Amino acid sequence: MPISGSRRSDYRSWGGTVAGEHLVYRPRSLADARAALTATGGASVLAYGNGRSYGDVGLNPGGRLIDCRGLDRFIEFDRQTGIVTCEAGVRLADILAALCRPDPDGSGWFLPVSPGTRFVTVGGAIANDVHGKNHHREGCFGRHVLGLDLARGDGSVLSCSPQSQPDLFAATIGGLGLTGLILSARVQLRRVVGTGVEAEDIRFAGLDDFFALAAESEAGWEYTAAWIDCLATGAALGRGIFSRARHHAGIGVPPPALDPKIAIPFALPLSPLNRLTLLAFNTAYFHKLGRRGRRRWVGSYEKVLYPLDKIGDWNRLYGARGFFQFQCVVPNTVARDAIAELLARIAASGQGSMLAVLKTMGDLPSPGLLSFPMAGASLALDFPDTGAPTRQLLAALEAIVVAAGGRLYPAKDSVMSAETFRRGYPRLPEFLRYTDPAMSSGFARRVGLDNRLREAA
Amino acid sequence: MTLTAPSRSPSSSPSRAAIFGANSGIAVAVARRLAASGARIVLIGRDGEAIAASARDLLVRGAAEVVEIAGDFAAIGTTGDIVERAWTAFSGIDLALIAYGSLPDQAALEAAPDAVEAMLSLNLASPAVLALHLASRFETQRSGVIAVITSVAGDRGRKSNYLYGAAKGGLQRFLEGLRHRLYAARVQVLDIRPGFVATRMTEHLPRGGPLWAEPDRVAADILRAVERRRAVVYTPWFWRVILGIVCALPRPLFHRTSF
Repeated sequence: MPISGSRRSDYRSWGGTVAGEHLVYRPRSLADARAALTATGGASVLAYGNGRSYGDVGLNPGGRLIDCRGLDRFIEFDRQTGIVTCEAGVRLADILAALCRPDPDGSGWFLPVSPGTRFVTVGGAIANDVHGKNHHREGCFGRHVLGLDLARGDGSVLSCSPQSQPDLFAATIGGLGLTGLILSARVQLRRVVGTGVEAEDIRFAGLDDFFALAAESEAGWEYTAAWIDCLATGAALGRGIFSRARHHAGIGVPPPALDPKIAIPFALPLSPLNRLTLLAFNTAYFHKLGRRGRRRWVGSYEKVLYPLDKIGDWNRLYGARGFFQFQCVVPNTVARDAIAELLARIAASGQGSMLAVLKTMGDLPSPGLLSFPMAGASLALDFPDTGAPTRQLLAALEAIVVAAGGRLYPAKDSVMSAETFRRGYPRLPEFLRYTDPAMSSGFARRVGLDNRLREAA
Repeated sequence: MTLTAPSRSPSSSPSRAAIFGANSGIAVAVARRLAASGARIVLIGRDGEAIAASARDLLVRGAAEVVEIAGDFAAIGTTGDIVERAWTAFSGIDLALIAYGSLPDQAALEAAPDAVEAMLSLNLASPAVLALHLASRFETQRSGVIAVITSVAGDRGRKSNYLYGAAKGGLQRFLEGLRHRLYAARVQVLDIRPGFVATRMTEHLPRGGPLWAEPDRVAADILRAVERRRAVVYTPWFWRVILGIVCALPRPLFHRTSF
């Protein structure tokens, strides 16, 4: 049965700042997905997962999209080894719900790495080589991928792994969907002593305290990250709350629900998130831990790993204009100063949001050629789109990151220049040898990764 | 220690389920929920490859055992054989879900009425005959559930879809009678009436808006109705209200509407 696509204009980036018309295919089987990939039409094509990328990395305006959410079947799970094989559209939330139920003693299989939302697909997690709060312990998602089946625009399907087609495998991990269509993948889950966690939140007064806490927590705590009060200036610059957690032996908690309890039904024309509410929230949040400034608790990992997943479509809170997300990583040698400079610039602008996250990253290498993480410190935050002022701020932050020898995260980005991308990802020339000429994306064209641009260069 | 483990009550979930039309979007969602509770499941459908992929998926999701049966429900003469094979797979069935059907293009059928026969056959005659084959077995077993997906379209004939509505409305009457017949044998007959569900069957319709439901929500409603031994379930629930109003509209008013 031939598969046909439909013209749609409702595929948008998670930040809401990128939209466009796409010819969309919604395959329900791997065979249909392959047919969609090779369907004639001339226009370039890109896999679309669950739409959680903030910018244009998951979109292909004017071209074709293969919506992989119908490729949601598990293929095999070995309960002894913890190796799961599934189609690319299975979400991390589905793996948690189906495979990560605790045994009576609380232990169980668990995601080796998870980003800040469990509503991403396995294909998307590989294509963006996502990381999580345990990066200093487990590295990127790509480290735990044992193999994948990749369909190419020429009709072939290649089994890639560190052993077979290792170069194409390395290019596909973090390859932003540009090496072909990931059909299925084999992922090594991780055994934990308890699916529940023991967690601690600690208030800190500034960046030096943050880095001290991060260093102190590295050995004993597998999940670490800090919330930063991005409005604080002067002596309070970089103040925030450090959160650390670890799986707790004997404590089993069932997986969280697949659908959020609260949902934001539509985007308001004006965002309720503005300077005033931001100031009120940040001040209150910074003081939430009371006089002691420290709180310890034991319970579900949902609060530690997925605080935002509780609110469905939370991105709509930013209103109809949407928002930008900025995430960078800067190397350890300059991390303290570069982060201070970024925070000072943000605080001076008065922009920024409640969600500012600072985290140190470890030095575990990823197999991916274009993987984002590197040893250093990573800062992530949202900026409501107010037009020119927001773009000017983003450009200023980008310049600071480039000067510090850092890089920006394609999965979050909508604005970085081709030059910034090229400088941040030194293995780019190697990567370009493995791209599939049938694939492209809004991001690829913007930063000069598109094949035609490559040939012209 | 396990902190909490609610929502999983294996005792109330049928341990042997047979799903006729196992590739339909709603059927897949029901099967996944059954698998999570450890059920043994028979999948019957036309597309063998899709059935096989679904079987593997259900095993990973926790199904104790899955049996695949290839069958084409448009060939009504074969439904007796299909039921026989499904019944013997696990020596009996606790929940039989009849989930197949096709959503025809009303205008195309009006333009070419000869195609109506095949549509009525697949949406009315076939499930009725299949349910009759099941009924005698359930009658002897004296327990179990026959659940059939009809549609809100069967509640009142409307110009936009009265041919499909005729098939589904006919099926509703059939189930009403079958329920009467099987009451004495304590066999539940459930008439499932979904509204707009985002599945492959509705792929060609413009989607979105508050009336559309995801298959998993419908599946949850179906299993709750099975648990509560209901006769008819509208899913999502608001369709009961909507159809109550539609059916109550006086004819002169109704005829002026265009839906």
